[in-house]
Amino acid sequence: MTTGEQFSQAGELVCPAGTPAALRTAVDAGADSVYCGFRNATNARNFPGLNFTPEELEASVAYAHARGAKVLLALNTYPPAGHEALWRDAAEVAARVGVDACIVADMGVARHIATTHPDLRLHLSVQAAASSPEAIRYYCENFGVKRVVLPRILTIPEIRAIKQEIPCEIETFIFGNHGLMVEGRCSLTNWMTGESTNMDGVCSPAAKVTYEEDANGALRSCLGGFTIDSFAKGETAGYPTICKGRYTAPHRPEGYYAFEEPVSLNLSRLLPDLMAAGVHAFKIEGRQRSKSYVRKVVGAFREAVDTVRAGAEPDLADLIALTEGQKETQGAFQTKKWR
Amino acid sequence: MELTLGPLAYHWTPEKRRDFYARIADEAPVSTVYLGEVICSKRAPFFERELPQVIDRLERAGKRVVLSSLAEVMLKRERQATSDLMDSEGPEVEVNNAAGLMARGGRAHRIGPFLNAYSVATIDWMAGQGATHVCLPPEMPGAAVGVAAEAARDLGLGVEVQAFGRAPLAVSARCYHARAHGRTKDNCQFVCEEDSDGMPLATRDEQPILRVNGIQTQSESYIELLAELPVMRDMGITHARLLPQDVDMVAVARIFDDVMQGRSSVEEGRSRLGELCVGTGFSNGFWYGEAGYRHIARRADAA
Repeated sequence: MTTGEQFSQAGELVCPAGTPAALRTAVDAGADSVYCGFRNATNARNFPGLNFTPEELEASVAYAHARGAKVLLALNTYPPAGHEALWRDAAEVAARVGVDACIVADMGVARHIATTHPDLRLHLSVQAAASSPEAIRYYCENFGVKRVVLPRILTIPEIRAIKQEIPCEIETFIFGNHGLMVEGRCSLTNWMTGESTNMDGVCSPAAKVTYEEDANGALRSCLGGFTIDSFAKGETAGYPTICKGRYTAPHRPEGYYAFEEPVSLNLSRLLPDLMAAGVHAFKIEGRQRSKSYVRKVVGAFREAVDTVRAGAEPDLADLIALTEGQKETQGAFQTKKWR
Repeated sequence: MELTLGPLAYHWTPEKRRDFYARIADEAPVSTVYLGEVICSKRAPFFERELPQVIDRLERAGKRVVLSSLAEVMLKRERQATSDLMDSEGPEVEVNNAAGLMARGGRAHRIGPFLNAYSVATIDWMAGQGATHVCLPPEMPGAAVGVAAEAARDLGLGVEVQAFGRAPLAVSARCYHARAHGRTKDNCQFVCEEDSDGMPLATRDEQPILRVNGIQTQSESYIELLAELPVMRDMGITHARLLPQDVDMVAVARIFDDVMQGRSSVEEGRSRLGELCVGTGFSNGFWYGEAGYRHIARRADAA
C-alpha cells in the first residue's frame, strides 16, 4: 500500500506544548513538530492555565514555520449533541492560521473537516482508540486520515504487522505518562467528578484534588471526595489519578495498585526497533509539563533520534530522572506479559 | 418506548447463562435481547457454544435478538471474530468498534454504546453508513441526549439509553482480574468467573467505588433511571436498556415495565428495586450532567 503524501522525514519528533512559551522552547530544542490545543473543551488536555487562544496559535504557527517546524492541533474530544459549534469554530481557526494538521477522534469532527476544509491534513488521535488495521482503514478511507496515533497497547511485532496493512503513517508515544485505559473509552473521571474526559477534555482534574493528613501524619490523596491513595508518614504522596491509585479487593485487603503503578513510559532504548518497524513519528507526552522539562526531554530525544539515524547507540541515561516517581516501563511495547 | 436487555458483561457458567436466558425468554417484558461477548475475546468460545440454542429459545418466545460485537479489537482472533460476525446473515448486529464498521461495509447495523456517538454530526454520518439504531454513551447528560434523540428520529434511527445496571466506565488492553490474582491476561485461567457481578474495589478508607470485570472497569452502584423514563419517552428515545446484573433481572424488567405503563409509581418502583438489589446503591448523576455516582432527585429543569 502507499503511505500517502510524505509530510516529514521518518523519525519525526512530535513534542508537547501546553503554552506558547513551551512551544517556542520545544521548537528551539529541536522538535520536528509540536502539538497543542485550544483553551477549551475541544482537546483532551483542557487544564486551567494551559493551552492557546486563536491569536496565540496564529503567532505560534508563524514562529514554528519560520524555523522549519510544524504545528499539529489536537481537536480530539467528542462534542456532545448541541455543542458542536465549538469544535467547528476551532477547525475554522485551525484552517485560517495554517496549522499543519488536526488530530481528531470524533467521526463527526473528522467528516466536518474533510468536507469543509479538504486541504487540512487529518491525523487520528489516540482518543479514537483505533488498534486494528480495519479500524484504522475505516478512518483513512472515509475521512482521508494520513496518520494514526497508536494506542500504547501494542508490541513492536504487532506494530510492524499493522504497518503492512494500513495506508497511513504511524505515530507512537515514546515518553511520558503511561495511560492505562483505552483512550476515548474512559468515563472514570466523569463518574467521580462530573467532568468528562471525552466531552470536556478533563482527566482527574486538579480543582477536585485534596490532600488530607490524619493525626499520625498519614496522608490521603483524594479526588472528588474519594480517597484515591493513602501514604504513610514520610512517604511521597502521588497525584490522585484514578487509574494509578491503590484500592482494596476482597482478597487484597492490604490495598494494591489495581490498574497500574505510577510509572512513566520510556521507550528510548526501543527507538531503533520502532523505526525499523515502520513508525514514522515519535510522540512525547506532557502538555501539562514545564518549559524546563520540555527543553530537557526534547533535547535528549533530538540527540537520540539523530544518533540512531547515524547508525550509533544513543545515550539516554538522563531521561530516567524525568520519569514519574523515577520509575519507568516499556509497557506493552516489549512484552505481552504486561497485559 | 420499549425495554431491551443489553449484552451480558460477565463470565457466567454455561448453565447459569442458559437458565438466565430461558427465564428472560418466558417471563421478562423486554422486546429485544442483545447477545454476544463484548468484553473479552478469550471468553467468547464459552458463549458461542450456547448461542444457537439461546437465540432459538428467545426468538421462539417472540424476542428480537441482536448480536453485539467486541468493544476492543486488537488480536487476530478478535479481528476474525468481528469480521465473521459482520458477515453473518443471522440476527441483526450491534457494532462496538470501528473495525466492525469497516467489515460491515454499509450493510444495516446498530451502533453500540462503545462507539462514541455523542454528536449530531456523528449520528448523521453513521446513519449514512447504514446504522439503523444507536445506543448512546451512558455518560451523556440528558440535555445532550435530547438533542441527539431528535436528530436520530429525524434520520429514522432507533435510539437507546442505558436505564439500569453498572455503568461501563472503562476498558483496557490489560486484564485487571488477572492482575489482582498475580497473573497475566494470557494465563488468567478465567478467574473472572468467580465474580458474577464484578470484583469490588474499595478505597483504602473502605468506601466501595468500582468493579473489575476482566479488562473492563465498572461502577459500584447501578445506574437507575426510573424517574427519568417519562422524560426519555418525551424526547423520542425508543428503547431503554437494562444491563444484566447478578440479580433477578426478570423482576427488574417488570419494575421498569410497571413504571413505564403507569402501574407503579416511581417511588414504589424504587422501593421494589431496592429490595431486589440489597447492598447495592443506585446512581443517575450522568443524566443530570453531574458526577455519575450521585443519585439526584428528579428535577423539573433537567434535560
